[in-house]
Amino acid sequence: MEDLGWWGVALAVLAGAIRVSTPFLFVSLGELLTEKSGRINLGLEGTLVMGAMSAYAVSYMTGSPWAGVLVAGLAGALFGLLHAAICSLPRVNDIAVGIALMLLGTGLAFFLGKPFIQPQAPILPAIDLGWWSDLPQVRSALQINVLFILGLVLAPFLLWVLTNTRWGLIVRTVGDSADAARAMGYPVDLVRAAATMAGGFLAGIGGSFLSLYYPGSWNEGLSSGQGLMAVALVIFARWHPIRCLGAALLFGGAGALGPALQSVGVTQGYYLFNAAPYLLTLVIMIATCSPTRTLAGAPGELSITK
Amino acid sequence: MVNQTARLPGAAAPPFGNLPLDAIRSAAEAVLIPVGALLATAVVFGIFVALAGADPFETFELMYRGAFGTWFSWQNTLQRTAPLLLTALCVALPARLGLVIIGGEGALVIGGLCSAAAGMAMAGAPPWLLLGVMALAGMAAGGAWIALAGALRQFRGVNETISSLLLAYIAIALMNHMVEGPLRDPASLNKPSTPPLGESFMIGSMPGLDVHWGLAFGLIACVAAYVLMQRTTFGFGARMVGGNVRAARMAGLSVAKLTLVTCFLAGAAAGLAGMVEVAAVHGSANASLVAGYGYTGILIAFIARQNPLAVIPVALMFGGIAASGGLLQRRLDLPDATILVLQGIAFVMILASDTLYGRFRIFQPRG
Repeated sequence: MEDLGWWGVALAVLAGAIRVSTPFLFVSLGELLTEKSGRINLGLEGTLVMGAMSAYAVSYMTGSPWAGVLVAGLAGALFGLLHAAICSLPRVNDIAVGIALMLLGTGLAFFLGKPFIQPQAPILPAIDLGWWSDLPQVRSALQINVLFILGLVLAPFLLWVLTNTRWGLIVRTVGDSADAARAMGYPVDLVRAAATMAGGFLAGIGGSFLSLYYPGSWNEGLSSGQGLMAVALVIFARWHPIRCLGAALLFGGAGALGPALQSVGVTQGYYLFNAAPYLLTLVIMIATCSPTRTLAGAPGELSITK
Repeated sequence: MVNQTARLPGAAAPPFGNLPLDAIRSAAEAVLIPVGALLATAVVFGIFVALAGADPFETFELMYRGAFGTWFSWQNTLQRTAPLLLTALCVALPARLGLVIIGGEGALVIGGLCSAAAGMAMAGAPPWLLLGVMALAGMAAGGAWIALAGALRQFRGVNETISSLLLAYIAIALMNHMVEGPLRDPASLNKPSTPPLGESFMIGSMPGLDVHWGLAFGLIACVAAYVLMQRTTFGFGARMVGGNVRAARMAGLSVAKLTLVTCFLAGAAAGLAGMVEVAAVHGSANASLVAGYGYTGILIAFIARQNPLAVIPVALMFGGIAASGGLLQRRLDLPDATILVLQGIAFVMILASDTLYGRFRIFQPRG
């Protein structure tokens, strides 16, 4: 293997950005859709873990990773339905319910996933886009998973749905003013339930990527806050799907920094580099939030930015 | 507007009734609804356990035995209750201001780390001085950690729920870095730790109880927090901010000061829990500090409806549930995550039960 020196770090960060960003991308697009309907679901962290576990289990039992992806999405939708159902009760706080579902999701995933920590399930295939290069590093960097490409397509599609279709308009109306939506005869709780379920579906798929591609096995430390960082990411992206894509790549790159530096022998402060994505999220939130004005693009009914 | 979000329903509802009967009615509502939610939890959890192939009645019986069955299990329960009392306060105090802080785990970890560092710096000092400085260091560090989340909310409008959780992950990474590098005891091989305090420098047990003093710290902190919130001008101001920020500002209260001080006290409680874990349980700071006490504390505070006195029995219950986990694993071959599932179900039920307040005629004051 040729030694690329510090170029290797840049390449590894880029490759990491592509690899690590996929779950961020799916969860944040799901969260974006939910938030556009005026509700926030902090439980997507639990959904992500639940998706990772169920995808791995199903892939192991059926031998088909794609069945795993589908089941992960369905499990996520189920959690979204639970969140929506509880939040539609009067006087129930959606942020607190999200925290509860985060705990329930991780607990259930750890409980049900116990038998699947050891066995090796078939994982998702990757498309080799680096065939033109002789460098093994470039080749491995361009091993791109189909789910990432799906996410690339999904972001503009979601933007189109939200801005150009009737359904998108209904979701945005419900998110901006529940009263206006009610006056126009739209069922607010039903629209929010649908948006939360769709959001959970996407987050579940994001989770399946974790266990079925990268890191590519199921264990209990698989997701540490990625679902929650996605919430911050949506705020940073100002509720815009395309900007979500950029932000997900940025977060992925930050997450890949520690391992990339370790590979060229910089082991000092490995744990500090592990904190980079969290620190980045925090700094971004400090830079983009404001106490005095509502954020541009924020849905009017959203409790987190009011 | 700051502080208008994430209001905890009913969190700051004072008993308005003047008649003793009305007070009893509202007290009955405040007790019976959570109890009902916990019963519903027991039913759902029983079904879950049955689906997993264990006998639900045997499970509950084992849990009772593991938690309160013998004096030994009582001790085990009380040891675990100590940090839970303090981490629950980390949620309950800011909740009075309408803030949802979920990063108690981070304040506990950073408090434990800083108290261990203080203990290293004070090596050779008399035990009472060393422990005193450790406690102060832990409280100051934990307090600063949560106060930072409060300050970001107050001055930058950053959502405190997310920022406090991010800070928790940062605290854990910092702790791992310090015990792996600068503060590492070379003698700790597989599990990097700070140098051990030494038997004679650790917090001992309360006489006759065989439970360390952390329990007493926790109980005192809960009572003090109750007095502070219910019986002082400071607490009145804080509850007023939680009720209506604008009205509080009009009345001339310093919302920023109330927020920062309350968040600092909340974080100091969790930081003290970290110090107790270091000085009474582990003897050094290491990854064992990340045990999930901070997350259980969130649940306890919510079940106790953010009331520091109600935290005491609820923390005891969850200390018992945590203590019984080992027995469930050994006897019924259930995974250790069974306890997490139970906590998750309880949390969901408790939040769903929020909708029941004010629904039942019988609890409403007449007049």
